[in-house]
Amino acid sequence: GTLFSPREGTMADEAPFQFLHNEVLQYIYKSAENGETDNGRNIAKLENMGFRVGQGLMERLTKDTARFKDELDIMKFVCKDFWTCVFKKQIDNLRTNHQGIYVLQDNKFRLLSQLSAGKQYLEQAPKYLAFTCGLVRGALSNLGVKSIVTAEVSVMPACVSDHKMIRKIFS
Amino acid sequence: MSRQSNRTTDSKKMNSELFTLTYGALVTQLCKDYENDEEVNKQLDKMGYNIGVRLIEDFLARSSIGRCQDFRETADVIAKVAFKMYLGITPSVTNWSPAGDEFSLILENNPLVDFVELPDNHSTLVYSSLLCGVLRGALEMVQMAVDVRFAQDTLRGDSVTEIRMKFIKRIEENLPAGDE
Repeated sequence: GTLFSPREGTMADEAPFQFLHNEVLQYIYKSAENGETDNGRNIAKLENMGFRVGQGLMERLTKDTARFKDELDIMKFVCKDFWTCVFKKQIDNLRTNHQGIYVLQDNKFRLLSQLSAGKQYLEQAPKYLAFTCGLVRGALSNLGVKSIVTAEVSVMPACVSDHKMIRKIFS
Repeated sequence: MSRQSNRTTDSKKMNSELFTLTYGALVTQLCKDYENDEEVNKQLDKMGYNIGVRLIEDFLARSSIGRCQDFRETADVIAKVAFKMYLGITPSVTNWSPAGDEFSLILENNPLVDFVELPDNHSTLVYSSLLCGVLRGALEMVQMAVDVRFAQDTLRGDSVTEIRMKFIKRIEENLPAGDE
């Protein structure tokens, strides 16, 4: 398998989750009967695992918190508090069309720690994003928000090491 | 009404909850995929091993610990440095064998099992088997073959969690590690 190491700059206490996430990925894909042809099913499995974890995390995070005043308030909480708790940083940019679509941008997504850039890497990106999409969907679900969460990665042409992740949420 | 925001103190704890909850989701998935607990234990151990053989590099890079002189020093490093660094707990090192080749790590709190209760039909599941594999894999990369098992488990009704580690032998440096 590919050599995995946590992203430069990550704290030691982030490492267990990152290693575990990587191992979960390997397990889901190795145990699939038909390798790549089951990609959709594997992605769904990862997303569902993330969903349950996201629900649990958000429940614990908001135990003592007052209610949110609106959807935007919830999204800001996800971008700041939730993202910080999970990834030790905030979302870098939040955009919305004020009609239920939100785009969250993380310029240094923690779980994309493979070093090689290039087309092959981008093709692999969905499996590294699936669990996190589920996390967000689960977190929102715990707050009573139903959503579809998708993610994509783009690589800035000038800086190979910057990973952008854009997630769209439809409420 | 304004929202209380006191996240900095919580973020360390939350990070371990992310790991704990993810681990729980993994165990749940494995219990679905495998028919019996023994298979799940084995799979968790294997995954732990895969993590351990890579985690050791991360550990050595972060801690700049030199080569341990003996197994006693290894035990101290595991308990006081590695566990503390990654899981935020410091197990105590006790119950040394007379030959000095076996000891116990006692965990008052096992972070992996927060909020976990074993359902009735999983009495032989060793929930935290991943840890055994991690320790075994990591030590193999520094030329130590060890046997790691749970002697006590709070999930099975014991008052503490006890991990028993036994030194088997030194591994020759130029043999490649097994690839699982």
